[in-house]
Amino acid sequence: MQLHSLAFDVSHTLAGGLVLISFLMLYQDRLYSLLNVFALHAVVLALSVAWQAFIQDAPHLYVTAAIALVFKAIIIPVALHRIVQRLGIHRDIEAAVGIGPTMLAGMGLVALSMVLMLRVTPEADPLAREDLAFALSVVLLGLLVMVTRRNAVSQVVGFMSLENGLVLAATGAKGMPLVVEISVAFSILIAFIVIGIFLFRIRERFDSVDVSTLDDFRGERR
Amino acid sequence: MMSAVALQMSCVAALLAAAALAIVLSRSRNAAGLIYGMTITISVVATAAAMNWLVRGGPEASALVLPVGLPWLGAHFRLDNLASFFLVVVNFGGAAASLYGLGYGHHETEPHRVLPFFPAFLAGMNLVILADDAFSFLLCWEFMSLASWALVLAHHREPGNAAAGYVYLVMASFGTLALLLAFGLLAGPAGDYGFAAIRAAQHAPGAVGLVLILMLLGAGSKAGLVPLHVWLPLAHPAAPSHVSALMSGVMTKVAIYGFIRVVFDLLGQPAWWMSVIVLFLGAVTAVMGILYAMMEQDLKRLLAYSTIENVGVIFVGLGLALGFQANGLRLAAALAFTAALFHVLNHSLFKSLLFFGAGAVLTSTGERDMDRLGGLIHRMPKTSFAVLVGCVAISALPPFNGFVSEWLMFQAVLQSPDLPQWALKIMVPAVGAALALAAALAAACFVKAYGVTFLGRPRSAPAETAGEVDRYSLTAMFILAALCLFAGILPGLVIDALSPVSIDIVGGRMPVQANEAWLSIVPIADSRSSYNGLLVMVFITICASSAAFFIHRFASRALRRGPAWGCGFSDPVPAAQYSGESFAQPIRRVFGTLAFHARDHVAMPPPGDTRPARLRIELHDLVWERGYRPIAEAVGFSAGWLNRLQFLTIRRYLSLVFATLVTLLLVLAIWS
Amino acid sequence: MVVISDIMVQGAQMLLVLLLAPLLTGFVRKVKARLVRREGASVFQPYRDLLRLMRKEVVLADNASWLFRVTPYVTFAAIWVAAALVPTFATGLLFNWTADLIAIVALLGSARFFLALAGMDVGTSFGGIGSSREVMIAALAEPAMLLMVFCLALVAGSTQLSTVANVLASSYVGLRVSLGMALIALIMVALAENGRIPIDNPATHLELTMVHEAMVLEYSGRHLAMIEFGAFLKLLLYISLIACVFMPWKIAVFGSGTVAAYAIGAGAYLVKLAVAGFLLALFETATAKMRVFRVPQFLGAALMLGLLGTLLLFVSRSF
Repeated sequence: MQLHSLAFDVSHTLAGGLVLISFLMLYQDRLYSLLNVFALHAVVLALSVAWQAFIQDAPHLYVTAAIALVFKAIIIPVALHRIVQRLGIHRDIEAAVGIGPTMLAGMGLVALSMVLMLRVTPEADPLAREDLAFALSVVLLGLLVMVTRRNAVSQVVGFMSLENGLVLAATGAKGMPLVVEISVAFSILIAFIVIGIFLFRIRERFDSVDVSTLDDFRGERR
Repeated sequence: MMSAVALQMSCVAALLAAAALAIVLSRSRNAAGLIYGMTITISVVATAAAMNWLVRGGPEASALVLPVGLPWLGAHFRLDNLASFFLVVVNFGGAAASLYGLGYGHHETEPHRVLPFFPAFLAGMNLVILADDAFSFLLCWEFMSLASWALVLAHHREPGNAAAGYVYLVMASFGTLALLLAFGLLAGPAGDYGFAAIRAAQHAPGAVGLVLILMLLGAGSKAGLVPLHVWLPLAHPAAPSHVSALMSGVMTKVAIYGFIRVVFDLLGQPAWWMSVIVLFLGAVTAVMGILYAMMEQDLKRLLAYSTIENVGVIFVGLGLALGFQANGLRLAAALAFTAALFHVLNHSLFKSLLFFGAGAVLTSTGERDMDRLGGLIHRMPKTSFAVLVGCVAISALPPFNGFVSEWLMFQAVLQSPDLPQWALKIMVPAVGAALALAAALAAACFVKAYGVTFLGRPRSAPAETAGEVDRYSLTAMFILAALCLFAGILPGLVIDALSPVSIDIVGGRMPVQANEAWLSIVPIADSRSSYNGLLVMVFITICASSAAFFIHRFASRALRRGPAWGCGFSDPVPAAQYSGESFAQPIRRVFGTLAFHARDHVAMPPPGDTRPARLRIELHDLVWERGYRPIAEAVGFSAGWLNRLQFLTIRRYLSLVFATLVTLLLVLAIWS
Repeated sequence: MVVISDIMVQGAQMLLVLLLAPLLTGFVRKVKARLVRREGASVFQPYRDLLRLMRKEVVLADNASWLFRVTPYVTFAAIWVAAALVPTFATGLLFNWTADLIAIVALLGSARFFLALAGMDVGTSFGGIGSSREVMIAALAEPAMLLMVFCLALVAGSTQLSTVANVLASSYVGLRVSLGMALIALIMVALAENGRIPIDNPATHLELTMVHEAMVLEYSGRHLAMIEFGAFLKLLLYISLIACVFMPWKIAVFGSGTVAAYAIGAGAYLVKLAVAGFLLALFETATAKMRVFRVPQFLGAALMLGLLGTLLLFVSRSF
C-alpha cells in the first residue's frame, strides 16, 4: 500500500508538474524563455514516462522516455533556438490575447477537462484516470498556446506541447504499442521539419513570421 | 393581549396614519419634527416586538386575515421567524433614518414632497414582509415601489433626477411583472394564491427553474443584481439622504427577503443547478458592483454601487446555501444561510451609516462630488469618526461586523469539497476568490472614498468652511457605528438570534455559540476554525496603547508642526492632490480595460505651448451600452413605426380588426 | 497553574516575535550586502535605528489629523497581534484560536487600510501614489491568498494554523504537487505584501515606482519607528507562516510540551528563519524589480497557482 501510494504520489506530482509547465508556457511572452520552458516540459514528460515504465514494468516505455528526452528536450529546442536566432526575431514580444484572459481561459480549460475525464471514467484505475485528466488539460493548453500566439515559432511550440499531452495519455493508458509511439515521434519530427522549412519560406516572402501576414496576403483582415 | 402579527399590523396602520397626517400638515413648520417623531416611536416599537419574537426562539407563526383585497381571498398576513428578522432590519433602519431625518429634514426645501411618502414607504416595506398570499405580496410590493419612486422624485428639479425616476419606474414595473408571472406559475392551474397552499403543493421541475429565473429577474432587479442594477445608482442617490439610506440599506433587503421567501420557503427542496446560477450572478454582481464604485466620483453614487457589491455577496451566500441544501448538507447550508442573513443585517447597519455621513457632507458643503471635497476631518470631526467606523466595517476588516459575515461566508466556501457535483466543487473556490477580490476592492474603494472626502486638504471653498452637523444626525450615526462594533465583537449573539430563522428555512442551525469559551465563534468545530472579535479588539487596544504609553513615557513625546515634507516639493494648490480619479488609476488600468473598455487620453501640448496638458478618461458602461441602449432603441424604433397606425382611415382599421380575427381563427383551426 | 504556564508561553511568543523581527531584517540586509561583496551594517543595526527614531522628535505636517497620529500605533498593534497568533516554536498556544488564517490575513488588511488612509491624510502626491498602488497590490494579492488557504484547508481540513501545522507535521500527507503550488503562491503573495523585490524595493527612496515607502513618506520620529517595526514584524510573520505550514518540523506540540520540546522547537524555528532569510536575500539579489503594471501578471500567476493546486487536489482526492 505504501509503495502504491508513493507510486501514485510521484506520478501525480510529475503529471501535475506538466500541467503547471503548460501554464508557464502560456505566461511567457519572450521566445527564448518559451523555448526553455518547452524544453523543461519535455524533460518532465520524459521523467513521467520513465516513472511509468518503472512502476508498470514496461521496458519499452523507457524508449519512449528516451525519445522524448533526446528529441523534444534537446534537438527541437536547440534547433528552434537557432531558427529564432537566424530569423532575428528573438526580441519579439507577441501574444494576440493578453496574458490575464489567457490564464483565465487556461484555468477554465483545466477545470473542464477534469470534470469531463473524471465523469466519463468512474471505474478506471485511479492512476490512469488522473493521467488522462492531466493529459487532456495539457492538450487543451497546447491548443490554447497555438491560438493565442501570432508567431509561427510559438505555434510550433504549442503544437509540440500538445503532442506531449498525447504521449502522457498514451503511457498512462498502459496499452499503446511501441511501434505507434515511434511512428508518432517520427511524424512529429517530420512535421517539425516541414514547419521549419515553411517558416523560412514565410519569412522570405513576407519579412516576418507573424502569421497574420498570411491572412493579409489572402486579402482578409483580422 | 394582542397577537404578534396584529401588533405589527397596527404599527403599519400607525405609519399609514402618520402618512395621512403628513399630507394634512405638510405645509406647517413643525410637521417634520412631528412626523419623524411618530415614525421613530412606531419603528422602535415594531423593532422591539420583532426582536422579542426572535429572542424567544421563534414560537409558532402567527397569522391574520383581513377582509380586504379580493373578495374570495382576503388579505393574509403572517409573522414567522424569517419575517421577524427582516422586520428587525427594516424597522431598525426606519428608526435610524427617522432620527437622522429629525435633523436632516430641516434643510428640506420642499418637505411636502418627502414627509407623506416617508412613513408610507416604511409601511410598504413592512407589509411586503408580513404578506402571506401572492396577491397581497404583489400589491404591497408595488406600494413600496411607488412610495420610494415618489421619494426619488422629491427633488425632481435637479438635473438627472427626473430621468432617474423614469428609469426606476420602468425597472420596477418590469420587476413586478416578473414576480407576477412567478406567482402565477407557483399557484398553478388551481390558482390558490395563499402562501400556505403554494408551500404545500408539488412543483414541476420545469416550473421550478422558471420561477427561479423570474425571481432573479423580479427580486434581483429590486436588489440590484448585475445586469439589472442600472436604475439603482441613479435612483438611490437622487432621494434625500436618509431615504437613500433606507433604499440602499433596507429596501434591497426586502427584495432579498422576497427571494428567500419564494426560492427557499415556497419552492421546496432546491435542485443543485439552481445554486450555480445564483452563485454566478452573485459573484459577478459583487465584483462588478465594487469596480463601478471604484470608478465613481460622486459620493452617494459610489455608495449605491457598493450596495450592488454587497447584494452580490449576500446572493453568493444564498447560492451556497442552496447548493448545500440541495445535497442535504444541513450544517453547511445553515452556515451559508446564516452568513447571508448576517451580512443582510450588517449591510443595513453600515450602509445606512455611510449614507447618513454622505448626507451630512452634503448638508454642510452642498457637494457630492468627492473631487471638490477634502480635509473634512478637521471641520467635521464627529461625522468623520463615525464614517470612518462605517468604512472599516464595510471593507470587511476585523474587528468590525463586516468581517464576521465575510469570514462566515469564507468558512461556508471551505465546506464546498463535501459537495458531490463536480461543477459546484470547481466553481465554489473560484467564487470564493471573487469574494476575496471584491472584499479587497471594497477596502480600496473606501480608502478612496474616505481619503478623498475627509482627508487631505480642502479642494473647494465650501469644503473649507464646512461645519459639524446637527446632534440628531450625529446621534443616529453614532448609534449605528456602535452597533457595527458591537456586532463585530459579539457575533455569537447575532448568530444565535438567527438560528430560529435558519432552522425554519434550511432545516438546520449553526452550533450554539453562547457556550463557547471567551465568546468566540466556531462555525463547525474548534479544530477547524474559530474567530474571536472581542479578543482581537482587546488585544489591539492593549498593544496599541501600551506601545504608545511606553514610547511616550520612556522615549520621546516631543512634537513639532511644520509644512508637509513631500520630498521637498510642496504642492502649491490643493487641486494638485491625489483626486478620486487618480487614486483609482492603478485599479482602472488593471481591471478597467476589460470591464469598462477604459482608455486614458493624454493631450500633451508641444514644448513652448502654454496650454495646459489634459488627461481625459474614457469609460464605457458596457451593460448599459450593450444591453439597455439597444433595447431602448428597438422600443423607440418600433414605437415610431407603429405610430403610423394612428393615422389610418376607418376602413383600414376595420380591415385590420378583420384580419386579426381571421388570423386568430386560423391559428385555432390549425392548433386543435 | 496550567493557565499561568499557558499565558507564559503565549507571552513568550509575543515577546519573541517582537525581539526577533528587527534581527531578521538586519540579517537579510547583511546577507544581501555580503552577496554583492559589501561589508554591510551589523545585523543589530535595525535595533539601533528603531531606538534612535523613537527618541527623536516628531515633525508633523501642519494639516495632519488625529488619524495620522493614531495610525502608527494601530497598524503596529494589528500586525503584532497577527504575528503573535502564528505558531512559531509551538502549536496550540493559548490564544491561537482567536483568529484563524483568514482572520490573520484580514488583520494585516486592517493595518494596511489605516496606513493607506494615513498616506492620503497630509494631501501630498507621494502619499496618494503610494496608497493607490498599495491598495491595488492588496486587491490582487487577496484572492491569491484565499485560494492558497483553500488549498491548505483541503489538505488539513482546517484553517486553524495550529491544526494545519500539526496535520502537516505528523501524518503522512504525501508528496502533493498542490502543496508545492500553494507554497509558491504563498511566497509570491508574501513578496508582494511585504513590498520586497520584485514588487517594490524596500531599500529605495525617491523613485516614482516605490509603493510602501511613498505612502509613509510624511512620517518621522517615533511614528516612523512604529511603522518600520510593523514592517519588520510583517516580514517575520510571513516567514513564520511559511515555516509553520510548509516546514513544520520539530515544532513543539502544546500540552505534550516539556521545556526541552519548547527549546528544540525554538531552535528549529531560529534555523528556519535563518534559512528563509538567506533565501530571500539570495532571491532579491538575483532579481530585478518589475514595473508596477507587471505586478498584476505576477500576482495573477499566484492566483492561478492557487486555483490549479485546488483543482489538482480535487483530482487526487476523488478516489
